[in-house]
Amino acid sequence: MAQVEIKFNEETLALVHKMIKRYPEGKHKSALLPILHIAQAEFGGWLSPETMDYVASVLNIKPIEVYEVASFYSMYNLKPVGKCLLEVCRTSSCWTRGAEDVVKHLEKKLGIKEGETTKDGMFTIKTVECLGSCGTAPLLQCGASYHENLTLEKVDKLLEDYRAAGKRRSYTDMDYKNTL
Amino acid sequence: MGKKLLIHNDKVPGIATLEVYRQHGGYASVEKALKTMTPPEVLEEVKKSGLRGRGGAGFPTGMKWSFLARPEGVERYLVCNADESEPGTFKDRYLMEVIPHLLIEGMITSSYALGAKTSYIYIRGEYFYVARILEKALDEAYAAGLLGKNILGSDFSHDCYVQVGGGAYICGEETALLESLEGKRGNPRIKPPFPAIAGVWGCPTVVNNVETIATVCPIIMMGGDEYAKIGIGRSTGTKLISASGHINKPGVYEIELGLPVEEFIYSEEYCGGIINGRKLKAVVAGGSSVPILPAELILKNDKGEPRLMSYESLSEGGFATGTMLGSGGFIVYDETTSIVKNLYTFARFYHHESCGQCSPCREGTGWMEKILHRIVEGHGKPSDIDLLWDIQRKIEGNTICPLGDAAAWPVASAIRHFRAEFEEYINHPEKIKDVKHYYSVHQLAGA
Repeated sequence: MAQVEIKFNEETLALVHKMIKRYPEGKHKSALLPILHIAQAEFGGWLSPETMDYVASVLNIKPIEVYEVASFYSMYNLKPVGKCLLEVCRTSSCWTRGAEDVVKHLEKKLGIKEGETTKDGMFTIKTVECLGSCGTAPLLQCGASYHENLTLEKVDKLLEDYRAAGKRRSYTDMDYKNTL
Repeated sequence: MGKKLLIHNDKVPGIATLEVYRQHGGYASVEKALKTMTPPEVLEEVKKSGLRGRGGAGFPTGMKWSFLARPEGVERYLVCNADESEPGTFKDRYLMEVIPHLLIEGMITSSYALGAKTSYIYIRGEYFYVARILEKALDEAYAAGLLGKNILGSDFSHDCYVQVGGGAYICGEETALLESLEGKRGNPRIKPPFPAIAGVWGCPTVVNNVETIATVCPIIMMGGDEYAKIGIGRSTGTKLISASGHINKPGVYEIELGLPVEEFIYSEEYCGGIINGRKLKAVVAGGSSVPILPAELILKNDKGEPRLMSYESLSEGGFATGTMLGSGGFIVYDETTSIVKNLYTFARFYHHESCGQCSPCREGTGWMEKILHRIVEGHGKPSDIDLLWDIQRKIEGNTICPLGDAAAWPVASAIRHFRAEFEEYINHPEKIKDVKHYYSVHQLAGA
C-alpha cells in the first residue's frame, strides 16, 4: 500500500477548526469523535498510531486521550481494512430475516472468513450489532451507504459494482466537506 | 385511522426541504412560542400534555424540564439523543431522514422553553448519512432566520449543531452520551448529580429523545390539554412504533396510545399479520431490553383482558406476565423461531456493548453469551439454565447504568416463558443439528 502522508490539507484543517468552534472555548476535545472519522477516511481507512498522534497534536490533547477513545468505539478501525468494509448486521431482527445467509454467501463468494480481508485488499467482512434498520432487514453497511432488504442477488450485484468502482468507501462519503 | 401528529406528512414529496415543510405548517410552533408565549408558558403546556420520554424510560418530559437548574451566568444546554441503537428500534432514523425539520423545529421551541442558547443533536455514527440530511436542514433553517441571532425578530438567539458518535450502544444512556459529546469514552456517570444539575461540561443539561423533542411541536400548536385527550390514561398522545421481524409489513407506524396489540399485529393498516400465514409465537414489544412475551401474554394480560399499546397495559402483571413499552421497538417472532437462538443474538449484543465499567455487567454479559453459545451449538449442560438465571439475577440492579438490567431481562424472560425450549436444546442436541432457525433470504423473496 502506498504511504499516505499523515497531515490534513488546508481545506480539511479549516473544516476541523470550524468544527471546534461548535463547542465553548476550551472544550475543543469534544470535536474528537468527528475528527477521528475524517482522519480515518483520509489516511487509509484505519487509525494507525501515527494518525492518532497526529489527531492529538491537531486538537492539542494527549495521545492517550485519542487512543482510549479510538479503542472504545466500534467504527474506528485499529487495523487496516479493505477498501470496502462490508458490515453485516446480525442482531435479532436481521437474524430473523436471513442475516446468517448473507454472511455465509459473502464468505463463499469472497473466499474469506468474517473478520478477514481479500488478498487484493478490496473487501473486508465484519459482522456488527444492530444498525437501526430492522424494518428493512437484512442489511449491510458499506461506508455511508445502507444496503437494505438484501437478497443474495443484490449482494452479488453490490460486490460487482464496488469492485468495478475500485474506490475506498468511508462513513464520511457524501461530500461532507461541503455540508459540514 | 388513528390520529397522527408527527409523520402524517411523511409521503409528501419534498417534505425534507424547508420550503415544502413550511407549506405544510412547519415551524408554526416556533412562531407561536416566540411571538405569543413566555418560556414558562411553553414548559407549562408540555407539563399539561403528559408527554413521556419516547426513548424508552417513559419519564414525564415536563417534569424533567422543570428539574433544570438555572444558576445565574451559567449556560444551559439541550441535547437531543439521536443515538438510537436499541435492537428493534428505527423510528428516530425514519423521522430524521424523512422530516428533518420537525426535529429542528422541536429543538428551537424546546430550547426557548429551557433558555438554552446552544443545543446539540448527538446522532449515532452509523447514521452518518442522516447527519448530512440534518445538516442540510440546519443550513436551510439558518438561512431563513429560524436559527442564529434574534430568531424571527425576537430576543431569542439559538445555535444548533449535529455531532456524530463513534458506534457504541451505551451512548444512548444519557450520561454516557454526555461523556461522548465531550470527546471521551462512553462510560456512564454515577448519578447524582443528574444532567439537569451537572450535564455537558458540568452545565445544567436536558437530554431528550428525537421523538420526544419532535412531539413538542404539535403540543404547542394544539395545547397541552388537547394533546392529553389523545391516548389512554397516563399514556397520552401518539407513539412511533418500529415494527420488524416476521410480519408482512415491517416499518414505522404512528399509533394512538391505547391501540389493541392484536389490531396492531394483524390489521392491514399496521403490521398486516404474520408472514406466510404462520402462527405468532412471541413478541419483544419495546426493544431488545424488555421482557419477551409469548403470544398468549402479549395479546391478553393475565386477567384475560386485551393488551393495549400503552405504558400501563404492556407492563400489567409486572415481569411475571408483562413487559414494557420501552422504545417502541416491536419485534415479532413466528412459530418457527428458536427463542434460544434469538436470545443468543441478544446476549452477544449486550456483551459486545457493555462499556466494561461495572464487573457484574462486564463479566456477566460475557458469561451469558458463552453459555448460550454452547447451548445453541448443542453442548449445553442441564445445569446451564439455572446458571443463566443466577448470573442475570446478579447483574440486575448492580450496575451504574441500566445496561446491566437490559442485558438481564431478556435472559430472565426467555427462561421464564420458554424454559421447555432450553431443556429441549440441552437434552436433545441431536434434534437441533439440522434445524434452520431463521428464514433464508430466498424464502422471504418468495413470500
